[in-house]
Amino acid sequence: MTEEKAAPKKEKIPRQKMPEQLPEVRRKNFEEVPFGYTPELAQKEAERCIQCKDPRCVPGCPVEIDIPGFIRLIKEGDFEGSIRLLWEKNALPAVCGRVCPQEVQCEGLCIIGKKDEPVAIGNLERFAADHQRLHGRDILPPKADPTGKKVAVVGSGPSGLTVAGDLILKGHDVTIFEALHAPGGVLVYGIPEFRLPKEIVFSECNYLEKLGVKIECSQVIGRSDTVDELLEHFDAVYLGVGAGLPVFLKVPGEHYIGVYSANEYLTRSNLMKAYDFPNYDTPLVRGKNVATFGGGNVAMDSARTALRMGADHSYIIYRRSHAELPARTAEIHHAEEEGVEFLFLTNPLRFLGNDDGFLTGVECLRMELGEPDSSGRRRPVPVPGSEFVVDIDTAIISIGSGANPLLTQSTPGLALNKWGYIVADPKTGKTMKPRVWAGGDIVTGAATVILAMGAGRLASNSIHDFLTYGW
Amino acid sequence: MFEIVARQEMAQGTIISNWVKAPKIAKKAKPGQFVILRANEKGERIPLTMADTDPEKGLINIIYMVVGKSTALFKTLKVGDSYLDVIGPLGQPTHLEKVGKVVCVGGGTGIAVLYPITRGLKQMGNYVYSVIGARSKDLLILEDEMKAASDELFICTDDGTYGHKGFVTDVLKKVLTEHQDIGLAVCIGPVPMMKFCSLMTKEFGVKTLVSLNPIMVDGTGMCGCCRVQVGGKMQFACVDGPEFDGHETDFEELTLRLRSYLPEEKASYDLFQKEHAPGCSCQK
Ligand SMILES: Cc1cc2nc3c(=O)[nH]c(=O)nc-3n(C[C@H](O)[C@H](O)[C@H](O)COP(=O)(O)OP(=O)(O)OC[C@H]3O[C@@H](n4cnc5c(N)ncnc54)[C@H](O)[C@@H]3O)c2cc1C
Ligand SMILES: Cc1cc2nc3c(=O)[nH]c(=O)nc-3n(C[C@H](O)[C@H](O)[C@H](O)COP(=O)(O)OP(=O)(O)OC[C@H]3O[C@@H](n4cnc5c(N)ncnc54)[C@H](O)[C@@H]3O)c2cc1C
Ligand code: SF4
Ligand code: SF4
Ligand code: FES
Repeated sequence: MTEEKAAPKKEKIPRQKMPEQLPEVRRKNFEEVPFGYTPELAQKEAERCIQCKDPRCVPGCPVEIDIPGFIRLIKEGDFEGSIRLLWEKNALPAVCGRVCPQEVQCEGLCIIGKKDEPVAIGNLERFAADHQRLHGRDILPPKADPTGKKVAVVGSGPSGLTVAGDLILKGHDVTIFEALHAPGGVLVYGIPEFRLPKEIVFSECNYLEKLGVKIECSQVIGRSDTVDELLEHFDAVYLGVGAGLPVFLKVPGEHYIGVYSANEYLTRSNLMKAYDFPNYDTPLVRGKNVATFGGGNVAMDSARTALRMGADHSYIIYRRSHAELPARTAEIHHAEEEGVEFLFLTNPLRFLGNDDGFLTGVECLRMELGEPDSSGRRRPVPVPGSEFVVDIDTAIISIGSGANPLLTQSTPGLALNKWGYIVADPKTGKTMKPRVWAGGDIVTGAATVILAMGAGRLASNSIHDFLTYGW
Repeated sequence: MFEIVARQEMAQGTIISNWVKAPKIAKKAKPGQFVILRANEKGERIPLTMADTDPEKGLINIIYMVVGKSTALFKTLKVGDSYLDVIGPLGQPTHLEKVGKVVCVGGGTGIAVLYPITRGLKQMGNYVYSVIGARSKDLLILEDEMKAASDELFICTDDGTYGHKGFVTDVLKKVLTEHQDIGLAVCIGPVPMMKFCSLMTKEFGVKTLVSLNPIMVDGTGMCGCCRVQVGGKMQFACVDGPEFDGHETDFEELTLRLRSYLPEEKASYDLFQKEHAPGCSCQK
């Protein structure tokens, strides 16, 4: 590799750590864990990028950000230039810098990572966005002349926000319809404050409103209006309604008080601010012994929220082993540091409760790893006779989510796959229904923020073509 | 913002009726559907059934019993004040059809939920027997409305201050015995009432609808908080219901789950009452 040869022998700068709250402190508060880079740290980290001519990191980013480009501008101290470059490809850099699984995307491919730790691309992206939000001047990008075309975007998650941001700049009249009372999708109701401060999401939504996007909250499409009714008033409709259907374990005892879906647990604590009860009106069981079932980001968020809600023990109960945990490395690491206890190779059989209906425990079975399954991961198989009980008063089920049928059932003409997700052209987001596009989790199943945004970008290009040229 | 244009206290101030400006919802709503309301930024999302609508004027009517912090807070809202959010219409509309003779049974605030359904059934050409009950005469609501929506109306009070002394189930039994050709029962009220009505109608083999009121958060099928067991299957009351087959419903589970937050609800209500103590008539 030419880049490797080009790498100078000059003093090696180690990857700059982002200062963060100490684990003992942060496990009791909801403030964001990492503080972010100072300009000095950011510039130092930026120096580690060797500005590859043929950068490997870029194809690792689903929206192909000009990574060496924005990093060079940080190095040169042109922070505004850096954010402008980021915005060309990514409408939510403050969010992606924080939540992308960088280790399997951009940073996973960074050449420096071959011998050393990769360049902290996510941290730098976050820095550029935060610096702009906190210290930058208000810059609004140029907007095309009004086209007179109207677009409805259903759902205000990352994919819907991307579509709205793109199309407003192209001169179309855009209205977002959101079922909940606040915009942001999973970014507000799911991902906790300590990982993604809500203020950032609201500031991104405000920015869209400044550009002229109308955001109508508390509009449940399928009930308030149907998609067909939207089509009477709008030239095109984008469906970005996410994968908001809770999946339960389907074991006995799931009705006991204290058993939550992760969606409910996180919605109560984030969107409804139950952690600030009774100052806010929505309550949440404050368990002393909490078990979260699952191993993804949602599970980490739930288990860490439980600690902050005052749990003495917050367990993660996972069928497979540490190596198979699907969560971002940073989240697993943070969870471990904060004292989340992992019970690997453990499968729940049933919940136990008392006569008043309160959860008291969960009976589990130990597993061992057998042959690899279709996903290439070794399949867990039960160890006969290994039943044991974990005493818990709260359970959070976080084993994935499905397609919420509310909108799709009320929309004739959409093709759905066997799991209920909307069938859409992967290149354009076009659905089988004329003038209707879809993207994000409702098409792919639960995925990532940046993939939802990437799908939004493809769809907005296709919608623009349709509105401009009729195809 | 959703302005309150008319307000009425019923049942000695324990039950409040609001007409709220919500033109879009008023146009769409059908009997059996509900809305979720939030009074202010810190408020809980509270589900309430629409007891009536006026699509011309763009109004919806909610009738609620003051039972805790949020409904007590709602009670402080005067004409001209507004709810911050009103979301809906949510839930499945009642499947209204002509079956011939039907019996509608309502208890307490359940009568508010029952009223639009009763009226709908009558409009479909059914012969409607209605049985409504409350603890005592002063607590009975919507008597005139129910009278107009029914062919025959029976009233009961637990203490005998009005109508038949005793529970609605007593009268229900009488009606079912005298009119063996009743094809449908709709029973809406406190959970124990719905449970015993369903047991009774089961004996008579009469199909029965009940309206379930589990605790809810989003009302769109996203959180699973409102899950109920019906016919051995998990159902989400906010999207699959709120009406279900009374003979298939697991009322015990619903009763338990409704107690999820008793200590928190009490703490929240006590705090609210302390803050709103002077001149507040809502204390129990
Ligand atoms: C707790 C949690 C943690 C996560 N952590 C990460 C992470 O660290 N990194 C990462 O990359 N990804 C993460 N994800 C996944 C990521 O958040 C999602 O893939 C992404 O948000 C999907 O975006 P979307 O726009 O498709 O849908 P969503 O973000 O789900 O937004 C959909 C929106 O549509 C609204 N809606 C639904 N139905 C209707 C309707 N009928 N009418 C109107 N509006 C409707 C919903 O209320 C919601 O606001 C996480 C997910 C969760 C739940
Ligand atoms: C679909 C549906 C329709 C309803 N329609 C009506 C109606 O027309 N009139 C009426 O008076 N009541 C109705 N209810 C019940 C009403 O929502 C509750 O009484 C209200 O939420 C209580 O809130 P609170 O803060 O005042 O009392 P809390 O102190 O919170 O609770 C008192 C009791 O009310 C129940 N409750 C609490 N929170 C909720 C919640 N979010 N959803 C449901 N029940 C809850 C619990 O059993 C609790 O013990 C309906 C409920 C549902 C689910
Ligand atoms: S958007 Fe995500 S994948 Fe792309 S560069 Fe930023 S952090 Fe990496
Ligand atoms: S981030 Fe890594 S791969 Fe990308 S340009 Fe810099 S050194 Fe090269
Ligand atoms: S209230 Fe959340 S799924 Fe019904």
